[in-house]
Amino acid sequence: MAQDRPTASELLTAVADFLREEATPALDRADPRLGFQMRVAVNALAILEREGRLGPAADAREHDRLVRLLGRDGTLEELNRELARQLRAGDRDERDTGLMAHLDAAVTDKIAIANPKWR
Amino acid sequence: MTVHMQSEADQVRSALAAATSRHFHGAAEVEALVRQSGGASRQTWSFDARVGGQWHALILRRDPPAKGKSDREQSVSIDRATEFRVLQAAHRAGVRAPEPLFELVPEDGLGEAYVMRRVGGTAIARKLLRDPPYAAARGRIARQLGEIAAAIHATDPKTLPFLKRREAADHIAGLRRSLDLLGSPQPVFELALTWLDRRKPVPLDWPLLVHGDYRTGNYLADESGVTAILDWELAHLGDPLEDLGWLCVKSWRFGAIDKPAAGFGSREELWDAYERTSGRRVDRTRAHWWEVFGTVHWGVICLNQAWKHLSGAIKSMEHAAIGRRAVETEVDLLQLLKAEP
Repeated sequence: MAQDRPTASELLTAVADFLREEATPALDRADPRLGFQMRVAVNALAILEREGRLGPAADAREHDRLVRLLGRDGTLEELNRELARQLRAGDRDERDTGLMAHLDAAVTDKIAIANPKWR
Repeated sequence: MTVHMQSEADQVRSALAAATSRHFHGAAEVEALVRQSGGASRQTWSFDARVGGQWHALILRRDPPAKGKSDREQSVSIDRATEFRVLQAAHRAGVRAPEPLFELVPEDGLGEAYVMRRVGGTAIARKLLRDPPYAAARGRIARQLGEIAAAIHATDPKTLPFLKRREAADHIAGLRRSLDLLGSPQPVFELALTWLDRRKPVPLDWPLLVHGDYRTGNYLADESGVTAILDWELAHLGDPLEDLGWLCVKSWRFGAIDKPAAGFGSREELWDAYERTSGRRVDRTRAHWWEVFGTVHWGVICLNQAWKHLSGAIKSMEHAAIGRRAVETEVDLLQLLKAEP
């Protein structure tokens, strides 16, 4: 049975907003070290919110690309392990345009979750 | 402050009073003892000592119990006694670094530890990059870091304690070993390491002192610019361009991405200053190689930091969260490999 609203994303956002706007200033006054840690925690919640929203589709895209690139099927972990093995062995490198298009897409999806402001 | 912390501070205070008295040949009073933040792996305490009516502003560097370190980190960090002697050699060679004063002895009960003079300035990148008092310093820091790097590399190797030599091939092998231990596949890091392996610079005939962690966050600066280079625990012998490449890794620009030299200037400003001081030309291809290497290196360090938490060695949300920063270096690596000179 579906959960009632708020959705996971809405609830995480509400918690993060509360911690950022109300708890962090109070913590900064009490103990700046804890204030810093709270910022790290709030940032981690924002990552989780984006991951819940964007992660499943990003994983599915990555899986499809890897199946095409490697010409075989498997779990995301297995396919990445095979790709990593080929890259360490030097069987593929940065001159492979299909490989580079895949890595660009994978890293674009990853950073959109971990830190969308990174340039 | 907890009772436990209080007792630790008391223990440090009385040990420091005894050790400082021995060094200055007079009864020392220890005041304003504060444990400083930063440096997750090792302790730094700030204190003032009064000996015969004269005040000395001092710093204690001390190793906490050795838990929570990955094997890799233990194999690359030097011990306190070696760090003390590297700092002595660099300081005597005229490097802008804190003056090391004396080592503590086992009977002091603080573990491996030494005391150095306290230097003014802040290491906080956010302040240096944005706060008004540092406006003039911001225009100087890239050049100063080039000059100071040249001074570090000019330290006579004969004055140094035994240090491991680490060349490009050793570094690549070390990172591959780390990835294998971490266990999850990392295609972008593997791509970059193979790129690096195929283009490894030839080791110098005479390896030089490399600071090993030369970046914003590891030096102090005030309104006039850089006052002291800190954190010598990764010092080794090798290729001096390793320090210049590491300094240009994007993660130390803290948002000032258009200023590759530590967030304060261009690579050319850094290299020009280095060349003027050292009299040696900076090989651009070699410098680029070390910047690519530094970027993979930081990515793997992020994964290792997270692993300290995930393996149960320490319980730390901060360490766990750093794991999600590794992807920042993947973004940077894909950009760098396309910008191959």
